[in-house]
Amino acid sequence: MNNKGVDQSKRQFLTSALTVVGAVGSGYLAVPFLAQMQPSAKAMAAGAPVEVDISKMESGQLIRVAWRGKPVWILNRSSQVLETLKTLDSELRDPLSLESLQPESSKNPERSIKPEILVAVGLCTHLGCSPTFRPEIAPNDLGDKWKGGFFCPCHGSWFDLAGRVYRGVPAPTNLEIPPYRYITDTQLIIGEPAEEQSA
Amino acid sequence: MKRDRITECNDWFLQRFPLTKLWNEHMAHYYAPKNFNFWYFFGSLALLVLVNQILTGIFLTMNYKPDAKLAFDSVEYIMRDVSWGWLIRYMHSTGSSAFFIVVYLHMFRGLMYGSYKHPRELIWIFGMLLFVALMAEAFMGYLLPWGQMSYWGAQVIISLFSAIPVIGDDLSLWLRGDYVVSDATLNRFFAFHVIAVPLALVLLVFLHIVALHEVGSNNPDGIEIKDSKDPWGHPVDGIPFHPYYTVKDLVGVGVFMLFFATVIFYMPEMGGYFLEHANFIPADPMKTPEHIAPVWYFTPFYAILRAIPDKFAGVIGMGGAIVVLFLLPWLDRSPVRSIRYRGGIYKKALALFVISFIALGYLGTQPATPTATLVARFFTAIYFGFFLLMPLYTRWEKTKPVPKRLTTTHSLEEQLGHLPELIEEITKIKAGSTEIGHAAFKSSFFAIRPNPNGIKNVISRVVKNVKGSLD
Repeated sequence: MNNKGVDQSKRQFLTSALTVVGAVGSGYLAVPFLAQMQPSAKAMAAGAPVEVDISKMESGQLIRVAWRGKPVWILNRSSQVLETLKTLDSELRDPLSLESLQPESSKNPERSIKPEILVAVGLCTHLGCSPTFRPEIAPNDLGDKWKGGFFCPCHGSWFDLAGRVYRGVPAPTNLEIPPYRYITDTQLIIGEPAEEQSA
Repeated sequence: MKRDRITECNDWFLQRFPLTKLWNEHMAHYYAPKNFNFWYFFGSLALLVLVNQILTGIFLTMNYKPDAKLAFDSVEYIMRDVSWGWLIRYMHSTGSSAFFIVVYLHMFRGLMYGSYKHPRELIWIFGMLLFVALMAEAFMGYLLPWGQMSYWGAQVIISLFSAIPVIGDDLSLWLRGDYVVSDATLNRFFAFHVIAVPLALVLLVFLHIVALHEVGSNNPDGIEIKDSKDPWGHPVDGIPFHPYYTVKDLVGVGVFMLFFATVIFYMPEMGGYFLEHANFIPADPMKTPEHIAPVWYFTPFYAILRAIPDKFAGVIGMGGAIVVLFLLPWLDRSPVRSIRYRGGIYKKALALFVISFIALGYLGTQPATPTATLVARFFTAIYFGFFLLMPLYTRWEKTKPVPKRLTTTHSLEEQLGHLPELIEEITKIKAGSTEIGHAAFKSSFFAIRPNPNGIKNVISRVVKNVKGSLD
């Protein structure tokens, strides 16, 4: 290439300007491709509230329902379990649920509107496995410290029967409580927030 | 007349495409060290498995349906109703495990003979990028059968990204394309698995080989064959890749295919290690299997993830276990490449690393009991210790003098010659050595009896040799 008599600074400017314009253009072009991987309008619209009848639930019984494709647990806790829950605070990472996700109506030690009925999203806050329901006390595989709760088989996280996470396990926060409210005493709807009590 | 036509055709072609030049540059005139041993089979085998995966993959996509409602059944359809579908599917599923076996051995070869050291850093980097792409490919492929393990494995791995501060949740949502692993996730993983990542793999293999052929292959002695050349400019210790190594690699291919076929025909699930039992149950978003574990090739990294009792730190540990491998060329400060001339510290460190890698791999397949977690922490420390302490111990180690030319090793035939001698030593009791010897001599119908002293001698000699070779 013959560079004699060429204004190098002008050529450099043109090269830089073209590079910048090209980069900005490519950036804009990338947007639709990246954005098409976001949840589609259909996926965002899905997730209608789910009604659950709990009139036939016995004490200690757990039922699973699907809400937005996620498992939601409804657990009927006995008074004995509720007593045990009060003794665990020192072993829990977030006993008062300050850093965990729940609607205001469930931000209490039992993490529920009615103390005996727990409603929680059954996905571990660590990496999203569904923990197993282990209500028995001190089973062989989990040891004497186990007071009943949810055990995540994937990475060994422990939660108590209020979905509160223990210390020293990988899960960072308590299980998520979905928004829900009671239509009648034995009928609840998951996915709609409870009327906030004025406190 | 006819011959001329062919020559004409040849010339026409060669004037337009440098086929002869390429062939010579990369095969017939590519000089490779003459002392390649067993460990040098695995590069070409990795290429073979890649071809197997691409070919079988093409035929599998002809009947597979990337739809959450149809995927599981379409795999069963391939297995039961498509002619020879079971064979093609097993070739593909066994091929993925074989790929990792071959690649892990290939990487171990690099660790032994210092193949990542100057001037081959870039070959190692391309190789590591290949390894990462291969892991992505295997992970996304594992979602496609839409079984329980597929589903929950993907759920866990995508959730790994949610541990990244600030952008984590949005990032994992973007990767899934939905609030949970769903049809959208399956469909895009299919797209990545069959086109995006394979293209990247092929490109990286190309770059890996171009970089290799630029600097030339390393060898078990870890010395440059280009340093001593004959009057024609060829390395004295080099031999043309073709025909010498193409023929050698063909033997490797034969033996490999024997094992490969055995697995495909007699144990395609490999007792739940190649195809996990829980994956024969369709994906159920409501229920995680009692015990979930990734396929065996991910378990060492999975065990590291589980060993760290904190979500973000665990993900950092798991990612870090792969990132440190990239840094290897700069962590190793030893002036010597090959383990043959390195000091005892590196040999012991490498042995500990291999033990910890296998142990982590085993622990990753087991449930996370408190004891297992503790053991996994111990081995995680060794894993990282091997890399992070490397700048220190490789600087301290006492290396042995490196020869100028390649050393010759004893061939198998030569070593077989010593076999009768060895058998004699461990079986025959020397006459007159003991009284029992005399009695045994008399009463024996069989000339061959084990000789405890001989066996003891051989064992102590082997132990001494092993101990000696560690220093």
